[in-house]
Amino acid sequence: MTTETTVRTPLIVKDLKVYYHTRRGPVKAVDGVSFELNRGERLGLVGESGSGKSTIALALMMAHKEPARIEGGSIILNGSNLLDDNDEQVRLRRLSEIAMVPQGALNSLNPVMRIRDQVIDGLKDHNVSMSVGEFNGRVAELLTSVGLHPDVASRFPHELSGGMKQRVSIAIAISMNPSVIVADEPTSALDVVVQKQVVQTLRDVQERIGAAAIMIGHDMGLMAQFASRIGIMYGGKIIEIGPVANIFQNPRHPYTRLLISSLPDTRSKRRLQGIPGLPPSLLRPPPGCVFHTRCPDAMDICTQDIPITRELDPNRFAACHLYGDQDGKEVVL
Amino acid sequence: MTTETVQNSASTNGSELLLRADNVSKTFVAGTFRKHYTHALDTVTFSVPESPPTITAIAGESGSGKTTLARTVLGLVEPTSGKVIYRGNNVAEMSRAQHAEFRREVQVVFQDPFESYNPFYKVDHVLRTPIRRYNLASSKSEADGIVEEALRTVGLRPEETLGRHPHQLSGGQRQRVMVARAVMLKPKIIVADEPVSMVDASLRATILETLRAMNQDLGISILYITHDLTTAFQIAENIIVLYKGRVAEAGSVESVINDPTHPYTQLLVSSIPQPDPETQWGREQETRDEDEIPLTGCNFYDRCPLRMDECTNADPPLYHTAQNRITRCYRYADSPVHLAPDLRSVFAETNPN
Ligand SMILES: Nc1ncnc2c1ncn2[C@@H]1O[C@H](COP(=O)(O)OP(=O)(O)OP(=O)(O)O)[C@@H](O)[C@H]1O
Ligand SMILES: Nc1ncnc2c1ncn2[C@@H]1O[C@H](COP(=O)(O)OP(=O)(O)OP(=O)(O)O)[C@@H](O)[C@H]1O
Ligand code: SF4
Ligand code: SF4
Ligand SMILES: [Mg+2]
Ligand SMILES: [Mg+2]
Repeated sequence: MTTETTVRTPLIVKDLKVYYHTRRGPVKAVDGVSFELNRGERLGLVGESGSGKSTIALALMMAHKEPARIEGGSIILNGSNLLDDNDEQVRLRRLSEIAMVPQGALNSLNPVMRIRDQVIDGLKDHNVSMSVGEFNGRVAELLTSVGLHPDVASRFPHELSGGMKQRVSIAIAISMNPSVIVADEPTSALDVVVQKQVVQTLRDVQERIGAAAIMIGHDMGLMAQFASRIGIMYGGKIIEIGPVANIFQNPRHPYTRLLISSLPDTRSKRRLQGIPGLPPSLLRPPPGCVFHTRCPDAMDICTQDIPITRELDPNRFAACHLYGDQDGKEVVL
Repeated sequence: MTTETVQNSASTNGSELLLRADNVSKTFVAGTFRKHYTHALDTVTFSVPESPPTITAIAGESGSGKTTLARTVLGLVEPTSGKVIYRGNNVAEMSRAQHAEFRREVQVVFQDPFESYNPFYKVDHVLRTPIRRYNLASSKSEADGIVEEALRTVGLRPEETLGRHPHQLSGGQRQRVMVARAVMLKPKIIVADEPVSMVDASLRATILETLRAMNQDLGISILYITHDLTTAFQIAENIIVLYKGRVAEAGSVESVINDPTHPYTQLLVSSIPQPDPETQWGREQETRDEDEIPLTGCNFYDRCPLRMDECTNADPPLYHTAQNRITRCYRYADSPVHLAPDLRSVFAETNPN
């Protein structure tokens, strides 16, 4: 715990593999994912539906359930590997070191408990002891910090709007000043006005407590507004990752390029163009590059060799055979 | 059984009406001792013609009544007042046979794919049951073919989707199963409540393009309910913006989204996050005076940056501000009041493309 404030890179994920074991074989939902997160950084995780984003989020919280199993890799949180901890250690590190803002629709708030008690319960579960007055003061402070009136403490979840509930979830997530906040589609059920408020709130509190944040989502507009870095997933892998402006202005991986060009706008009506073809099988992933079956730039080598991840520009990584040795130094993340 | 004949004159272009929501209101009552009333829907009237097939977007913030409108149109919520008429028959008073036909011809994609199907059933059951019920296939292999084609249309691999329970699919995969089901049945009209909120941009484009193709090639009308104005712009011809259960603004999507007139629509449009890191969101805080909620007058008064004293006098009517536009706001009091209740009368008839 003492190292928490001093760790510059609170999260280092290395070669993480998470498979769902089904009767037909393992579904390789996360298949060798590596990334790092520095203090104060905001990573947006986007990519194809079914590519493993939520599975990563669950694994980071060690909340994955059977038949999901972590097959390999490491999750170094504040300098120590979560995968080496026992259940009790994991329970204590959740919320205090890494916390999750769940998806709106799957709201995790307890319907029969007042907001105040839900916030305090989380703290008590982590052996925080304070007087009743101090607890109430902390709840009021947390609610205020997410733009809610302290009176909300005495309400039940059904008395709050979707946006208010999501702010409460953020308040709970930051209640122990975690060093990493994971938010899985935190606003996909909310309208644009509330979405903006919630995302700005998340960003403000994250900056204030100096936490690193991962936001998963499909709204590229929201990502452009929130993230400092963007990681793009396809078929269980991060195929490109880099600074947000860089990714939007100059996508390098063909999948990223097609994803960005499929974004609609309100300037002119046009044919909406998704990427033709089906997502890759995660039971029997194609050989070589996972994207080769749909890639307009595919070459012979793509059907045989898995492309390694290379650093194309500083902090800019992509896994694609188009960028050979001459374009970037090889790094295996 | 009561059959109501909808006169041709009720429709604006002389063609028959497929579906008409006629002055529909829905008030939810909560609380046993102190009653709390939510006016989820307040006197909404619009219709969908039999032809040409249309795509109409229904937008508005969370809690504005979009899902309530959808559920009312589907006959799942009984309106507190007003009625829903499908091909001349009041949905609330249909005979069994009429209702069976209605359930076949009006398909829905529910907003929350986590709630909309029984967790004990496999995906197969969700897709095969309607094929059996509506006799869409004469053999098992034909049924399989229909199911597999529908799944591929929404970007799902049949061999990796069939045989699974809903919790074994990702959020976006579940949502797509529901779209596949609606599409497979080739209904007359699809009510799609946030059908693509959980899928990536590429699939979103594919699915919306599929819906548009069905609209144009098969003549299926679509009510597209969403808070995503960008996709509404791309796929719909006309849009209805709801605020607290009332129509705030309506008209052709191009004009409403590119030149919003109601202060609420202006707020919505300015909140759209742009997929461009250089165009940062404004940091301006919305003004909202909880103490300023008037008992009478405009329901947006407490949040309106442009409010005037007279706005609290009475509920503003809809003003006809331009050819295909109506707005419920006193700032347009110089324009004629829009009297025809049916919103279709202001809608542009042109199809996109
Ligand atoms: N219990 C399970 N058994 C088998 N496969 C599963 C199970 N749960 C998830 N999967 C599969 O694992 C893959 C990754 O799922 P995940 O939920 O992580 O995707 P995602 O990237 O979050 O997608 P979305 O954007 O649609 O939410 C999907 O292809 C999904 O079908
Ligand atoms: N069964 C119900 N009982 C009581 N109130 C309800 C019920 N269903 C909806 N409401 C209320 O009616 C109003 C309109 O809800 P509705 O679900 O139609 O909104 P919506 O526009 O679909 O919102 P969202 O964008 O969040 O889906 C809300 O205030 C909601 O709380
Ligand atoms: S490695 Fe080949 S198939 Fe894969 S994205 Fe690059 S060019 Fe396309
Ligand atoms: S009627 Fe008045 S309060 Fe209502 S939206 Fe118009 S200007 Fe604002
Ligand atoms: Mg997910
Ligand atoms: Mg809804």
